[in-house]
Amino acid sequence: MNLIVLPVILPLLFAVIMLFAWKYISLQRILNLVGSLILLIVSVLLFTTVLSDGVQSLHLGNWKAPFGIVFAADILSSVMVLISSIIAFTTALYSFSTIDNERESFGYYPLLNTLIMGINGAFLTGDVFNLYVWFEVMLISSFVLLVLGGTRNQLEGGIKYFTLNLISSAFFLAAVGLLYGLTGTLNMADLSEKIKLAGDNGLITVISIFFLISFGIKSAVFPLYFWLPSSYHTPPSPVSAIFAGLLTKVGVYSLIRMFTLVFTVNSEFLTNIILIVAVFTMVTGVFGAASQNEIRKILSFHIISQIGYMIMGLGLYSVLGIAGAVFYLIHHIIVKTNLFFIGGLIQKLQGTYELKKLGGLYKVYPIIGLLFLIPALSLAGIPPLSGFWAKFLIVKAGLELQEILVVVISLFVSLLTLFSMTKIWNEVFWKPAPKDNPEISFKHFTLSKKIMIFSPIVFLAILTVIIGFSVEEVFQIANQSANELLNPINYINKVLGRF
Amino acid sequence: MLFFVLLGFITAVLVPLIKKISDNFLSWIIPIIPASIFFYFASFYYQIADGEVIKVSYSWIPSLGINFDFYIDGLSLVFAMIISLVGTVVYLYAGSYLKGDTRLSKFYIYISIFMSSMIGVVTSDNLMTLFIFWELTSISSYLLIGFNHEKESSRYSALQALLVTGLGGLALLAGFILLYITTGTWDISEINKMPAEVIGSSYFFLIVIFILLGTFTKSAQFPFHFWLPNAMEAPTPVSAYLHSATMVKAGIYLMARLNPAFGNSILWNDLLLVFGTATMLFAAVLSFKQTDLKKLLAYSTLSVLGTLTMLIGIGSDLAIKAFIIYLIAHSLYKGTLFLVAGIIDHETGTRNIEKLSGLRKLMPITMIIAVAASLSKMGIIPLVGFVGKETVYASVLELPIFGNYLIVITILANMFVVYITAMVGFRPFFGKLKSTPKNPHEAPFRMWSGPMFLALSGLVLGIFSSLFLNKLINSSELGIISERLNIPVKLWHGFNLELLLSTITVLLGLFLYFKREYFLKFVASFSSVKFVQPSYYYQFIFDGTLSLAKYITSKIQNGYLRFYILVILLTTFSLIAYTLHTFYSFNEINIGGSVSVYEVILAFILIISTLLAVSAKSRLAAIVGLGGVGYVIALFFLIYSAPDLAMTQFSIETLTVILFVLVIYKLPKYLSFSSTTRRIRDIIVASFAGLTMFFLVLVISGTSLTSELKEYFIAESYPSGKGLNVVNVILVDFRALDTLGEITVLAVAAIGVYSLLKLRKKDN
Repeated sequence: MNLIVLPVILPLLFAVIMLFAWKYISLQRILNLVGSLILLIVSVLLFTTVLSDGVQSLHLGNWKAPFGIVFAADILSSVMVLISSIIAFTTALYSFSTIDNERESFGYYPLLNTLIMGINGAFLTGDVFNLYVWFEVMLISSFVLLVLGGTRNQLEGGIKYFTLNLISSAFFLAAVGLLYGLTGTLNMADLSEKIKLAGDNGLITVISIFFLISFGIKSAVFPLYFWLPSSYHTPPSPVSAIFAGLLTKVGVYSLIRMFTLVFTVNSEFLTNIILIVAVFTMVTGVFGAASQNEIRKILSFHIISQIGYMIMGLGLYSVLGIAGAVFYLIHHIIVKTNLFFIGGLIQKLQGTYELKKLGGLYKVYPIIGLLFLIPALSLAGIPPLSGFWAKFLIVKAGLELQEILVVVISLFVSLLTLFSMTKIWNEVFWKPAPKDNPEISFKHFTLSKKIMIFSPIVFLAILTVIIGFSVEEVFQIANQSANELLNPINYINKVLGRF
Repeated sequence: MLFFVLLGFITAVLVPLIKKISDNFLSWIIPIIPASIFFYFASFYYQIADGEVIKVSYSWIPSLGINFDFYIDGLSLVFAMIISLVGTVVYLYAGSYLKGDTRLSKFYIYISIFMSSMIGVVTSDNLMTLFIFWELTSISSYLLIGFNHEKESSRYSALQALLVTGLGGLALLAGFILLYITTGTWDISEINKMPAEVIGSSYFFLIVIFILLGTFTKSAQFPFHFWLPNAMEAPTPVSAYLHSATMVKAGIYLMARLNPAFGNSILWNDLLLVFGTATMLFAAVLSFKQTDLKKLLAYSTLSVLGTLTMLIGIGSDLAIKAFIIYLIAHSLYKGTLFLVAGIIDHETGTRNIEKLSGLRKLMPITMIIAVAASLSKMGIIPLVGFVGKETVYASVLELPIFGNYLIVITILANMFVVYITAMVGFRPFFGKLKSTPKNPHEAPFRMWSGPMFLALSGLVLGIFSSLFLNKLINSSELGIISERLNIPVKLWHGFNLELLLSTITVLLGLFLYFKREYFLKFVASFSSVKFVQPSYYYQFIFDGTLSLAKYITSKIQNGYLRFYILVILLTTFSLIAYTLHTFYSFNEINIGGSVSVYEVILAFILIISTLLAVSAKSRLAAIVGLGGVGYVIALFFLIYSAPDLAMTQFSIETLTVILFVLVIYKLPKYLSFSSTTRRIRDIIVASFAGLTMFFLVLVISGTSLTSELKEYFIAESYPSGKGLNVVNVILVDFRALDTLGEITVLAVAAIGVYSLLKLRKKDN
């Protein structure tokens, strides 16, 4: 049994079953939980298989490469699938007490599943056009989830989200077309070899820029990130949490994949562009965060800022830099999703995301304060939590390559990150509750709902702490992955079926 | 070792459990923790004093070289003992100080985390673990300064301290990594063995700047000193412990620790000397107009921190000796005085010096403690402070060139310290009794016993200095300078210059104290000028950064979709145009091949349709134009022998136009909102994008398209795929997964349409 298609097929299967159970919401809830649990188990198995046996691949329909579509899982792919399954599972739990009945009865659960299907497909495919297809699945699922409920804010954010992401798709498609025209293949491993023979550096650079822009829009880098702060604060909290954790990271994954596997010819020019983009992304992102006064808006801008760090790791283009980027991805998805979970919890308690109207939470529920501090301090890079190590690896990689200025800027950004985390802490937890919004209570919550909302938060917080202390293991994985990415010969051979 | 270093963290986890029994039980039992740590480290005393060093190592992240390497020599031991001893006193004291406060357990959690972190800082041999503990002290300090978090000023001060020390922490991280890149090791004891490599490194300047940024912010050296007086928002036991006896000395510790590697550099020494001296003097002068007991003490702490930095900068044997004695003396008496201030505040309800006097009869024990600590601080024989001050003077006098100037500055600064001491230690107790917000009583046992013990230690260490300090300073491995010291420590050196200077200092300080009113007017006019105070710049940078952030964000994320599209297009096509420009020139582009009449005609129609679509005054006309574009493209497909593609295109275009026409009737009237200038701008951008794409296509047409895929699909379509229509076989077999994905897209879109039509919730 080849595990590698299951992360795509399972969510599809469950989505289809749920469509047949359209009217039976509680059945859908259970299916969603069971499905995401099975997915999680499968992902763990896939991950351990890849770790022990190396790159896994599957030639779909048994058409040999490069003629058919190939799925391939190296460490990066399987780690990303694992993390996205963790997020899918925690979101399934979290949704129980945070999503309303109306949305549930209009396809919320099937949409979650098709979203995960698209995301996992993107992580696992070894074919560049197939990647485009998974991007489409992801885009349409996320768009419908984003506007599901149809409030004015959702629609306004949804239009910006969809329009700008369509531009990304158009560039992606153009790039795939050009690439096919130049090399006559769509298989990424095959591309990796053929592109070196193509010889037309100008055209290759142009194509790579199309990919850079297209994935750049998806990853929300400067100056292409507009869609993200326009939309992430509009849907219900579980939707923005899963978006915040996963969507942009698919873009970052694709950048890392394409720019280590396919476009290595003109690295000097490209890596410089990527580094400059990284710096501006970090700075403008954190500036955005520092100037907001609404929890989810602050957190949204932080995503951008931290995408900058990951891109910086890629732009440095050393083993340590890429390892840092991979470490950052792992850390960021977990921490960011959790912060959005906690944001949603705060909103449930006090009815708003506006800092001005919040306060006094620490006095009443110090435990929520602790649960917030773990991911928040991790995000700000405070040791020994996961975010510190992610930052440390990238800063070290930068200093080794003598990119002093870039490193200094990234450290300054880190200080501003800490500042905006303390802003939330100050306003929501420390400040006394404002007079016009004094009520803090779980009055709408039954015990089981309480457990359902807290368990994913506690789980991700524990994971954050564990990563912080088992740096050795996580770093080894990130490092192996970086080595694989920079020397992709095994991957290529496996995909092209040369063993 | 690991257990005792991490004991505080373990305690922090256990506190909520012990609290379940009762707060009172917790506060009585918990001082055992710091006490046991103290005895643990004290047990190393003779080993260390005999010149041994203790090294213990636990593996953590071997692939990055980051491990728990502990290293204890004389310097570490002194610090560890101070931390745990003052810790014990503070734990005991706080139990009474915060009696009945619901946050007592939180206090013990924070302070235990702090204590462990601090012990970690002074025992780590690995730069990275040291750094981790270092940052944790900043975080726990943040939580403790903001302990009274419902007060705005507490939150402000906590944040300020965090940002200033956080900035330094980040610089320190960069400095440490550069140091690692230079030396290839994280081990401080190894790095200290290669001063030549460190000083000769091309990064040396950066390393020094980064590390000193870290230590100066942490130890509140000028111009970063301002956070420390503000940190007095914290409860008094915290001020006594973190912001006087221990945490603020972390920077001092690190400078002393790294001195063997850096001490031979002029840059390092001069920076320490200049900033240390500046802090010493500046803080002393600033203290003058303070009326708050704790603020007065904070400024005198600053002055001492400056002196300590200065002493490392001087770096002579004598200076190092002075450094150690002064460090110990200060931790003992300053901790005591803070705790006394806490008692006074606790008992009278005020810390304002103007409102306090004549407490001697009501609080005799407190008075004795205060006077003893004050005398030590003033440097009066036979207390340990006396020994400290004597050696400081001696080491300054020893300086060859500018020793004469420096001694004047030192005396001036110390004169203010004497003044502060008199204000805190004497003034509240003597004179006439004034009424205070609370009726004062003698402090409870737990509050006075600790300070009393510390004050007594000062006396004992002074009288028997030749016994304890001598051995530690002269025969242990101090690790601050590479050689062993050999200067006997004793209380009485006879009548000499230092004694004379010491006496003059005390007299001047007392003069200042008695003539306070007169000098106040003079100083007030000086220190009310805002721009001489660095806190003014902190606020300026803080506000400036925030306004800049707001401005930039409002410009970028301005809410207009058309602006977003414009930026994305401009970015994309600028990069592409630039690349095309770099790689190709016009005359190189090969416009090969013949153009048929059909193509010319179609192209003409295409252009007309496009112009129609863009310039149309009604929606219907625009759609007709767009439809024209679509049909022409379909015809192009037909010409280039792709009839199935053309058919698809035809049907999609037709469907789109019909749908559009249907929808149009539902839409409001067509209006043009954009101004002419904006339209011109858009035309330019659009043309730029179009032209770039045009040239790109020209370039591509020069390359030949060959693909083994095409041949394979044609060849295998029937034999393997069992289909004659190659395109169909590609869709349903060769690349069936793509089709599956696209079907999913359609299904999801259908859900989307359905829900958008049916479900319209209101924003809450």
